[in-house]
Amino acid sequence: MTPTLAIGLSLLLPALGAFAIAAADSRPNLRETITVLVALALAATVATLLPGVMAGERPELYLGELLPGISIAFKVEPLGMLYACLASGLWIVNSIYSIGYMRGNSEKHQTRFYVCFAIALAAVMGIAFAENLVTLFLFYEILTLSTYPLVAHKGDSNTIASARVYLGILLATSVGLLLPAIIWTYSVADTVSFVPGGILTGSLTGPGVGLLLALFVFGIGKAAVMPVHRWLPAAMVAPTPVSALLHAVAVVKAGVFTVTKVILYIFGTGLLAQEPSSNWLIFASAFTILAASIVALRQQNLKRMLAYSTIGQLSYVIMAAAVLTPLAKIGASIHMVAHAFGKITLFFAAGAIYTASKKTELNQLRGIGTQMPWTMAAFTIGALSMIGVPPTGGFVSKWFILAGAFQSDNYVAIFTIIVSTALNAAYFLPIIFAAWFAKPDPQLKSHGEAPTAIVVALSITALATLGFFFFNQPVLDLERALMDQ
Amino acid sequence: MSIASQLPALQIVVPLLVAPLTVLLRGSGLAWAAATAASAMAFAIAVALTLTALDGATISYDMGGWPAPYGIELRLDAFSALLLLLTTGASTLSLLGARDSIAELMGESREPLFYAAWLVALAGLCGIAITGDAFNVFVFMEISSLATYVLIAAGPDRRALTAAFKYLIMGTVGATFYLIGVGLVYMMTGTLNFADMEARLAEVDEVRPIVVAAGFITIGLALKAAIFPLHVWLPNAYSSAPNLVTVFIAACSTKVALYVLLRFDFFVFHGNLVGHAFQFSSFLAPLAVLGILVGSAVAVVESNVKRLLAYSSVAQLGYILLGASFGDLAGMTAAITLMFNHGLAKGALFMAIAALAMHTRGHTLADLSGAARQMPWTAAALVIAGASLIGIPGTAGFISKWLLLQAALQQGPLGVVAAVAVVAGSLAALAYVWRIIEPLYFGTAEGSTAGGSTAVYTATPPLLLLALWLAAGANVYFGLIPAVPVSLSELAAAELLGHLR
Repeated sequence: MTPTLAIGLSLLLPALGAFAIAAADSRPNLRETITVLVALALAATVATLLPGVMAGERPELYLGELLPGISIAFKVEPLGMLYACLASGLWIVNSIYSIGYMRGNSEKHQTRFYVCFAIALAAVMGIAFAENLVTLFLFYEILTLSTYPLVAHKGDSNTIASARVYLGILLATSVGLLLPAIIWTYSVADTVSFVPGGILTGSLTGPGVGLLLALFVFGIGKAAVMPVHRWLPAAMVAPTPVSALLHAVAVVKAGVFTVTKVILYIFGTGLLAQEPSSNWLIFASAFTILAASIVALRQQNLKRMLAYSTIGQLSYVIMAAAVLTPLAKIGASIHMVAHAFGKITLFFAAGAIYTASKKTELNQLRGIGTQMPWTMAAFTIGALSMIGVPPTGGFVSKWFILAGAFQSDNYVAIFTIIVSTALNAAYFLPIIFAAWFAKPDPQLKSHGEAPTAIVVALSITALATLGFFFFNQPVLDLERALMDQ
Repeated sequence: MSIASQLPALQIVVPLLVAPLTVLLRGSGLAWAAATAASAMAFAIAVALTLTALDGATISYDMGGWPAPYGIELRLDAFSALLLLLTTGASTLSLLGARDSIAELMGESREPLFYAAWLVALAGLCGIAITGDAFNVFVFMEISSLATYVLIAAGPDRRALTAAFKYLIMGTVGATFYLIGVGLVYMMTGTLNFADMEARLAEVDEVRPIVVAAGFITIGLALKAAIFPLHVWLPNAYSSAPNLVTVFIAACSTKVALYVLLRFDFFVFHGNLVGHAFQFSSFLAPLAVLGILVGSAVAVVESNVKRLLAYSSVAQLGYILLGASFGDLAGMTAAITLMFNHGLAKGALFMAIAALAMHTRGHTLADLSGAARQMPWTAAALVIAGASLIGIPGTAGFISKWLLLQAALQQGPLGVVAAVAVVAGSLAALAYVWRIIEPLYFGTAEGSTAGGSTAVYTATPPLLLLALWLAAGANVYFGLIPAVPVSLSELAAAELLGHLR
């Protein structure tokens, strides 16, 4: 398979899969077989691109010109490769999990659920491989629109109100801030392509740089930098597989991935390092990290707490990218992976608890470890990774971000990481302690472990979280190219 | 002489001649079939003409063999080709879907007259777009307007009569203003042919009557084009007319008036009047911005869907005018692309509302509650058209919004103000489109207040659904492959502004 074909296929497979899933509406077994098969085929297709990209190739696919100078085109670079591998690989696990979860909870509209999921993955591939801002923007909006029915899945008035917040914030920021930012970029640089080292050097200076950066960072609402973060807790009304893959991995990573890409390939680290007007980003992301952790401390609902934890963790990536040193850039990309493994495990566990026992609140989790040992073991691993305790993936990325911060003596970043680690421990450790060691309420009836498909899925991701501590060399090799820019 | 060389004349003649024949066609569906066929033929002619205009060629056709400037000249360039494409396309698609709802509304005896009026309106609009003669424009404007009054007055309730009457008064005032202006120009130049007028104006010493004429013409056409604050007739007319008539007039009639406005102001006056560019921008740009803001704000709170979309049109006309008021190539290209793309989006939206209204009866947002469950295809098409109105990438609306914002950012500080207004309008569009979509999908049918009658869902007429999806498909097609409208717009803008060089 040529790389160009592989790019096209990775966009087409989930899109065609959506049709096939819709056609298999009345036959659930076939429908879910198709989902898993498409996920496997997608991951395999994306994997064929990997060796070439690691060897320094940058395969391209050109679809056509939209307006003079602006084309719909794709080009694979290390960051996008990583994001595509991550999303497509975890989609397989998530599909297995979805089968257990959706059947275990007898959810309605299951076909619509799988169809929208497949479309969302097609959009994710488009974002990952986009060669320019306009192509990226196109798929960014498709991702927003295709995930809306997933968030509004339950269809009651409470869910619809939350889904309105979700869609409203994401669309309003993208139309109101991101689109003007892209057009501004185009009008000063005459191009919107992602180029290593940036395209704005020499054509934009002074306070304009900081302002344009603000339009981008807040326009990319999916990155959930405060104050445009409210859509993420609102999205927690969705079924848990949606929260797990989309709102811990695909959608939110689309946000930080885009911000990182804009910093590296539109502004260029050189330009941002020269311009003091762009320094605010460190402070904004540091504030988001700390504020989100403090809000997470006060949450009673497990999924909402995880959502605020995600907001904080996303800003780690943005802060790392904003530190601008080579090691921090590596840290930013690795943190996307480490957080993805850890957080999807946590959401899988939250969904497992809900499926087995219908529990959603933190204070209901006392002593649940004895009933659901597999789930809570995975939860513990995920939580330790969030805190950054070895031997989990979270330790590796925090290590690199800290090292990057020391490279430029960025004390704001260093302070934020230390304090936030303490805060993370403060809201995760009591849950773990209570789950394993507290006495359960004797009146509660026992419910046992979650369905097998769920347990299998969360075990895989928990193992991945542990495994990333030991086997992170391929990712480092892939992202080494970022250091040279 | 081959038939191909007669196409510019046939563009007007076909609908105009079929119209009286339609009156004679009694029997169910015959008049509809004849009108649709004539409109489809007009569309085919427009496509053929567009293909020649895409090369940048201008076709000149002397009516009756009298050479211009003495005879009436039909003149086809990129700008008129784009307008013809939009007008005949909108007419054909809305006729395609019109059979059942119009049959129900008009009854068999009056149906032929209705379709005859429709074809006359179409002939008039085509005539305005293709003629190269200022007085001829007035004649066609009257033809199309009179027929349009009839179409609007055919609306389902008595409010249609007052709406048509208001439109008639306003439209007549506008047309009269236009005629006064043309008269003054004729007095000074002795010609009615646009191209000749443009050439001879250069030799006129006393420009004051010309300035007065420019004022009359601009105001008169602004009235016809419903430019804020002269838009008051528009929401009434749109909301009271039969649903498919609304589709037709919303897609093209105001745009045709704007077309004449731009042609006169830029093609004829721009190069000849000192300071005209500044006057045009400084007078119309603030009105355009106000129109965007006020139209959007009213649309956000309006509860009748057709009125909501009508106020959205007021805002969208503001975008078009804003683009034109920049007075440069980028702005004019954006404005002309917007004319086309907004016609696509708004036509498809009104068509979706027409399909929904066949079942829900009422036109308030509450009446639409939960309709998506029974009519998923109609609702999905409405979502696509709504996305195009907002400017979501992948739809035609994105292309025009991109061009407009890009043109605005080239204008310096005031351009940034304009860009902010455009963005604010987009956000408002997001809000008011969402106000339609959310009840459509998530409302409960109990919310319906359709005058006590419960909504009965039967299958949407297949032809209406086909027309709707063709319109929605066009929004996606021209969003992904925008070469034709954009290059036509660029040619048209270059032609309009060619005198500046």
